[in-house]
Amino acid sequence: MPLYLNDDQTMLQDTARTFLAEEGSIQKQLRKYRDMNCKDGFGHALWRQFGEMGFTGILVAEEDGGLGLGHVEAGIVLEEIGRNLTPSPFLTTAIGAVEALRETPHRQRWLPGILSGETVAALAIDEGAKHRPEGIALTAERCGNGFRLSGAKQFVVQGASADLFVVAAKAEEGPTLFVVEKDAGGLEVEGVRLADSSIAARLTFEGVEVDADAVIGDVGQGGAVLDRVLNGVRAGAASEMVGVASGSMALTVDYLRQRKQFGKLIGEFQALQHRAAHLYSEVEIARAAALKAQQLLDEGSDEAELFVSVAKAKAGMVSTLAVQEGVQMHGGVGMTDEYDIGLYMKRDRVLNELFGDVNYHAERVARLRGY
Amino acid sequence: MSDLESFRQDVRSWLEANCPPEMREPVRDEADLCWGGRNASFKNDAQRRWLELMAERGWTVPDWPRDYGGGGLSPAEAKILKQEMARIGARSPLYSFGISMLGPALLKYGTEAQKRRFLPEIARGEIRWCQGYSEPNAGSDLASLQTRAEDRGDNWVVNGQKVWTSYADKADWIFCLVRTEPKAPKHKGISFLLFDMATEGVSTRPIRLISGASPFCETFFDEVRVPRDQVVGEINKGWDVAKYLLGHEREMISGMGVAPGADGTLGRLLADKAGRDGEGRIADPFLRVDIARFDIDALAFGAMSERFLDELKAGRAHPAQPSMMKYAGTELNKRRNEIVMLAGGADFLEWESEASRGGKTAREWLRSKANSIEGGTSEIQLGIVAKRILELPGS
Repeated sequence: MPLYLNDDQTMLQDTARTFLAEEGSIQKQLRKYRDMNCKDGFGHALWRQFGEMGFTGILVAEEDGGLGLGHVEAGIVLEEIGRNLTPSPFLTTAIGAVEALRETPHRQRWLPGILSGETVAALAIDEGAKHRPEGIALTAERCGNGFRLSGAKQFVVQGASADLFVVAAKAEEGPTLFVVEKDAGGLEVEGVRLADSSIAARLTFEGVEVDADAVIGDVGQGGAVLDRVLNGVRAGAASEMVGVASGSMALTVDYLRQRKQFGKLIGEFQALQHRAAHLYSEVEIARAAALKAQQLLDEGSDEAELFVSVAKAKAGMVSTLAVQEGVQMHGGVGMTDEYDIGLYMKRDRVLNELFGDVNYHAERVARLRGY
Repeated sequence: MSDLESFRQDVRSWLEANCPPEMREPVRDEADLCWGGRNASFKNDAQRRWLELMAERGWTVPDWPRDYGGGGLSPAEAKILKQEMARIGARSPLYSFGISMLGPALLKYGTEAQKRRFLPEIARGEIRWCQGYSEPNAGSDLASLQTRAEDRGDNWVVNGQKVWTSYADKADWIFCLVRTEPKAPKHKGISFLLFDMATEGVSTRPIRLISGASPFCETFFDEVRVPRDQVVGEINKGWDVAKYLLGHEREMISGMGVAPGADGTLGRLLADKAGRDGEGRIADPFLRVDIARFDIDALAFGAMSERFLDELKAGRAHPAQPSMMKYAGTELNKRRNEIVMLAGGADFLEWESEASRGGKTAREWLRSKANSIEGGTSEIQLGIVAKRILELPGS
């Protein structure tokens, strides 16, 4: 399989690009919901449109009413989300939850709402300031016919508006994933606005009781499911960061073509040309890395995990470079809220942190490569 | 089974049966590379046999047309051959500027007679080519070259000097940029000539480099007579051929960014050298971070190389993309060599000892510094990307 988009994928890209440039633009979505101080931080109307377009069902099997496509296709949509800084529950819902619920009985309950863009899902994994899914402390104790969950979660992106949470817990038998509904007794959800004006949540589980059938897969076997979920959302986040980097670079290169100083377009200065060209090169490499990771995931390759970490780390480094160069090359106006470039910087920071930062993934690469 | 799958099976079993075990060992030094040529020196019989077997199938140039000595493979088939060779660690049977540089230019710009004359002998490794581009006063500003070729009826007569001619002292023929119209603007008076290095008036002098080796030469032309039919493309339009060929040269050099071997990651190669802790991690935590960060960049660049080659074969790559690849690949390779030196410490500083195999690592480290200079410096590549891809204004 060649490492570029095939004809169908290119068509999807054209569709997603046009649709998100129009409907998902910074003006229509990010600024609008930020400036109205929306408690969800995104537009439900657009999420329903995602449903109409079929985007919500990219990873859902055809027999369940989805498109039965793969991570490459999900990445295509996410790159456009990143380019437009579109606030959207796509990553956590259409990749995270769909991967978690794959081949489980929970599908019947949740997939129809996800497909139509009515339902929002969030991943409750992190418990501290940093992503450490290996050390989950939230406990799941046996209790009657089910379990009692106790502990706390943080950085639950889209958590404030989620209808369901995929919760990583520690049972006696080992790591276990649960589906928990938003109105479960003993669950407290506190929405928190992040630097990029998206809304995450802090969750407190005070003896939240769930039935045994809330378990995703088997008790004690949540590790493999969590890996599958994380592989998907990390690769997806990589694509979104490629989009953030591309959008930021496009704004910046445009600015270099327009801004005059010393009687010249500043894009004529070699000091800036070379930095812009270096950035271009890095963005291209990051895009290839993300696509490679997604192709390997779709093939079910043993190497997928390694390339997912490579992609998340590389896209993270490149996206940070893109936004830093973006603000710097814009000069003073880059610091103003009026210009969009600063919004890219904020989004990059959140996406870098989400599902493991560059250092976290560098550590994984080292371990997976045996050093 | 799909056609491609059965092709893969055929390739796999053919390689299994025909690739000599010696040719599956990692390349250790220059002598392990087979360059072919009229005076080819083979390290052993396996090397000679491997070249002959592969050339017979046209697999030294798998995607060239069969009429010109190639394998006639589709891009997908050529990729499979490459993957299957990598799977068993098979060496490339032939290293050749004829394959990586001149061949593509001849395929695009050569006459039918030129293609039939030159391509098959390139494919079989019978003629070793060198590249006459740079001159003492034409480095980054290559188009200002001054080597003259004058029209004297049946022949062109060449006078002048080239520099940094890789392996000129070992090459059989040269592809050479010469000025045929001194009065024209600098890009418009250049022609692309081919001639035999054994022609009277050609002489070479190796240049000793900081690595101690002399892979490059100065090359002198004194009244060298070149038959008229040995011009590629139109007279005075050689710059088009030159640029097209440079794209391929850059593509070749960018390949250096992809670490050799089936397992291309640096960490695995260096962990034992650098020392491990009780849990098998590289003991020096800072070196471990350097290596992991390098591996991320190298694996990501590996994906980029795969994408670039796939796009190139499908005719989907931007024409200036080789500049980006050359820039990124060579900067990566320099960084790789720095980390290797760091990991090896004093062992890798030895210059002549047997243990260091004659200072192999240190010499490679020094050699790598040329990567971002030869074939157009990193700064030249960045300038090309800025202007041709990002369309930033010219100064």
